Parts: sequence; structure tokens; C-alpha cells
Amino acid sequence: MNPEPAGPGRGGGILRRLGSRHTWIRHPPGTGPLRRSREDRLGGGVAAGLAARTGLDVNLVRTGFVVAALFSLFGAAAYVVAWLLIPAEGADGNIAGKALADRRGMALAAGLASLLVVVLVIASALHAGWLSTLAWPLVICVGGVTLIWRNAPPDEQAVLQRLADPLLGLAQGSRSRRRTVVRVVVAAVTLGLGLGWLLTGHPDQSALRQIAGVILVVAAIAILLGPWWLRIARDLVVERQARIRAEERADMAARVHDSVLQTLALIQRRADHPQQVIQLARAQERELRAWLFDGQAPGSLDGQDLTLAAGVRLIQQEVEAQHEVPVEAVTVGDCDLDDDLRALLAAAREATVNAVKWSGAPVVSIFAEVEPGQVAVFVRDRGQGFDPAAVPPDRKGLAQSINARMARRGGTVVVRTAPGEGTEVSLTMPRPAGDRQPGRS
Amino acid sequence: MTSPAGAGPGPGGRPRVVIVDDHGLFRSGVRSELGDQVEVVGEADDVTPAIAVISECLPDVVLLDVHLPGGGGQAVITALRGSQPQVRFLALSASDAPEDVIGVIRAGARGYVTKTISGPDLVDAVRRVAGGDTVFSPRLAGFVLDAFAALPADGPGVPSLDPELDQLTPREREVLRLIARGYTYKEIARELYISVKTVESHVSSVLRKLQLSTRHQLTRWATERRLA
Repeated sequence: MNPEPAGPGRGGGILRRLGSRHTWIRHPPGTGPLRRSREDRLGGGVAAGLAARTGLDVNLVRTGFVVAALFSLFGAAAYVVAWLLIPAEGADGNIAGKALADRRGMALAAGLASLLVVVLVIASALHAGWLSTLAWPLVICVGGVTLIWRNAPPDEQAVLQRLADPLLGLAQGSRSRRRTVVRVVVAAVTLGLGLGWLLTGHPDQSALRQIAGVILVVAAIAILLGPWWLRIARDLVVERQARIRAEERADMAARVHDSVLQTLALIQRRADHPQQVIQLARAQERELRAWLFDGQAPGSLDGQDLTLAAGVRLIQQEVEAQHEVPVEAVTVGDCDLDDDLRALLAAAREATVNAVKWSGAPVVSIFAEVEPGQVAVFVRDRGQGFDPAAVPPDRKGLAQSINARMARRGGTVVVRTAPGEGTEVSLTMPRPAGDRQPGRS
Repeated sequence: MTSPAGAGPGPGGRPRVVIVDDHGLFRSGVRSELGDQVEVVGEADDVTPAIAVISECLPDVVLLDVHLPGGGGQAVITALRGSQPQVRFLALSASDAPEDVIGVIRAGARGYVTKTISGPDLVDAVRRVAGGDTVFSPRLAGFVLDAFAALPADGPGVPSLDPELDQLTPREREVLRLIARGYTYKEIARELYISVKTVESHVSSVLRKLQLSTRHQLTRWATERRLA
């Protein structure tokens, strides 16, 4: 099996698994130290960690552990020991290190283990020989789980709690208890039958009976634990979604942080202009609200409950804040924004940013006028201007994007410029008839 | 601070200026920006001292802050309009509030500039006001357009007493629009194929209308803007 290059996401992996010869290889072996995974864990994250380290598919590793556990319980013991000894991702040390310092935990584990040993000794005295083969792994499992329970960080304790749920679930509410009881009875009967067939199988009989026994045991386990497995799977999905949401929230916090900081800086610079400070604070408040409650990213004009004049002010503030070039904005009249006017504002913003970036002018002016039949926005600078015939390609691209934006909505763009004469971009957007100015309130 | 009383440019044709602003720091800033292009003959930080200083110095131009603790620049103009008609006022403001700006203009200021104006532009504005011209910043032009644009929408309910005064001509509108777009008078003249003098007369006419129009819609416009 040759390692193959790292694949894309999960979906690609499944496709490859179906169609490729390197069936269970997901990605090349990792190079870092062996760590238990926090991201992709069902129990302690041992399987996921091993998978990441070896390049094997995580489900293959899991199946290996489960099969080993079914046959001799040594699989389970190995898992528990690995859980104890392998540090989790990002953790300082392993749980065993902490457990060594946990005297009461050690005592408890030793006590439980010795109790088990006693039970096993009694069992072997009663010639239930099959039990003694399970003895050592069982002792290791019980002791190990006890130590993990006492010393693992809270998130891993939560995992243990979830794993222990079906056992604790027996004592829960009446309806689910009845169903659980039915399940337990069915499972017990099946398990008894299966174990009976397994243990009473004689060499002279065909292996058929043993196989049937194994199937019954598996069925019993499935009946007993199936619903709970389903729930774990569901919980995992929910948990993953919660994590994604948390990341989004962190991203949001960062963005809001940035915009708030920027506004505060602007406010400091204009401390002697109370009117502007109020405007800034208002704009920031609006932006924060839109971001927190309506999910609109700061700086986007889309979907915001703005009027045209407020939109122009927003452009002014943002461009000033981002490029530190003063923008003079004058608006006459006002109206609510529709999609056409949002496109107009987006084009105006681009023209303004263009002027600020390229013209070299110390100040850029925006004039927006709302008339009954149309809305016009003029962006003017007294910068170096340019020869429209010899536009550098990067700037041409921007001009074209302004043009395209306006043309799609039935607006027009006129650019007047000449070298040394500054530039004026005139944007006009027709308004549907009857759409008068909103009430000033 | 005393200097010989009397109107008209001082020695060397430098306009004589009084600065009225409640921020000492701003006053000294303006003073240094004006440099020796103008002669600063007095300063004041509030309405009452301003009236005293202006009456005493009789400057050509008063640079007047729109916002003053004791009643605003408007009060200064109103108090002096009758007794010292030859003194011209240029309003200076950091404020965006249109009602304040329009208020000062209606009281009699010959122009309005924002405090962010550059030194040379301010000197130019002072010279123009001293010479009897008007100074309209883009923002003021926007306010005026807005104020007059709001009028027809008020409907026929209020008959206009003097249509001549209550409406802008298309040409005046055009000129104001160009000012609002950031054009200088010279650029406007070139744009409209008229002389700079004609541009100036259009602007003066707008100023006159703004000051003389008795339509209460103007007041109402300002009030509504205040609420907005």
C-alpha cells in the first residue's frame, strides 16, 4: 500500500475509497508525535489519533479495536491504556501522569480491580473457565476507566459520561424505561441463547452453531446498544455543528472588534466635532446591530436598512477610515434604498476608493442628489487625472466593473478626466415613477 | 486690542479680520494659517465680547464660529446687522447640522466654510467675502439645494407670497449643483460657458433668496432636519 497525496474533504475520501485500489488509505502518515484527536473522537480519540499518525482510515482503526475487544477484551484494554498514556492534542501531558498523583483515584482503581480479581477467582473455582480469559483485560479496563474518569479534563469526562449513558439510562423516565426494559429482556434472551450455543458447541458438530452464536451475540449487543449508538452519532453531528458555530462567532467577534476599534480611532481624531462623533457612533451602532442580529458583514451595503444619504455617509466614513484621505460628502434629498440604488452606491464606493487610491488628490468629494426621476452621484477629485485612452489595465478593470454594475441596472456612467485635470465619475440611476421621497422622521 | 476704526482694507490691501471662536487653540490656529495675508485685528470667544470687539475694530470680515456658548454666531450677526451693515461675516463650522448653517446664512453671513478648509483656501475665502462676494462650500450648496428642493414637495396648500424669492431658477440650481460637486467658480464658469462674474451673481442671488425668503417652509425644513 503506497501512501497517496492528501485528499480533499470527506466526500472525496469516500469516492476514492470506492474507486481506488488503495482502499483504506486516507492520507500519508503524519509526522508529528502521536496524539489523541480532539476533533474526530467517539471515545478518547485514540483511533482518530492513530489514524492521523499512520495514514489509515479512522473507521478501519475503530473497527480493529472493536473486533479485538469482542474477541478477547484485550482490544478494549489496549484502548483504555492508550487513552491513559497518549496525551491529547494540545495537552501538556497524558492522563496517566496526572493519575499517578491522584492517590484516591489509584486506591479506588486498585480496590475495584481487587474486587474483580476476587470475583474472577470465585468464577474460576466454579469452573467457568471462559471468564478467566477475560480477567486481565477486564481488570485493566475497569482500573483505567476509573483513573480516566477521575483525572481527565472536563471535555473527556463528558465523553465518558456519554459512553456510560445507556447504563445510567435504565433508571430514567417511565416511558423510556419500559422500552429499555423490553430491549434489555430481548437482548438478554438473545445473548443467553448465543452464549449457550457458543459454549455448548462440540467439536464434532459443524461450525454452523458457533457462527450462529456469534451472530446472536452481535445481535444482542446491537439491540441493547443500537439506539444509544445512533444517539452518539447524532450528538457528534450536533457537537460538530456547535463547534462550527463557535468558530463563526469568533470570526464575528474579530470583525466587530476591528470595526469598533476603527470607529473609536476616528472618534478620537474628531473629538472636537461632536456632530461627527455622534454620526460615527450611530453608524457603528447600526453596523453592529446589523452584524449581530441580521448577520450582515460590516461594510456591506446589501440588505442594510439604510437610506441613500446614510449609505453615502457610510461610504464617506469607511473610505476615510480605511485610506485616511478626507472625503467630502454632500447629499441633497433622500430616499430608501432598493437593489438598483444599492448597486449605484456600490459603484460610487468603488469610484471613491479609486479616486482615493489613484488620484493623489488630498480630498475627494461625493455629491449625491435624489430627484423624482433619478438619483445621481458624482465622485470628483482634483488629482492627477488620466488619459482615458491610455488607462493602465488594472484601473480599466475597476472602471469596467463600475460600468458593468451600473449597466446591469439600467444606470449610466460618465467619466470625465484628463491628465492634470482631476477626475469626475458621474453615476445616474433612474428611479421607478411614483417612488417619492420618504417621510423625514 | 485696538486699531484705528474705519472700514475698508487695511494697509497693503490686506483685509482686516476678527476671529470669533470659543476655542482659543482654534483661534490661534486660524491666525497662524492666515499668516500675513490678512490683518487679524481682534479676537473674541463669545457673543458679548464679539459684539464689543467688532463694534470697536470695524473689521472687513468676521470669521464667525457657528457654535458659541452664549447663543451662537447667529446672535452676533443679528445684533450687529443694523448698526454695522458694512461688516461682512464668514461662517466657520465643524458642524454638519444644516439648520445651524442655514440659520447663520439667513441671519446675514456672506458665506460658509468648514473648519477643515486649508489655509490658502481660507485666505481666498476671506478675500472674496471682503470684496463683497459670496463663499459657498459644497456642503452649504447641498443644504440650500435640499432646503429649496423640499419646498415644492410641500404642495399647493401654502401659496407662495413671492415666487421670485421662494424658488431657485434652473440656472441657479445648476450652479449650486456644480458647487456641491466640488467645482470652483472658475470651473463652473467654464462648464456652463459663462463668466466667473455671472457665477458669482447667481450665487449672490441664491444667498439673497435664502436670506429674504419669508416662507416658513424654510424654517420648517430646518426644524424637520433637526428632528431627523
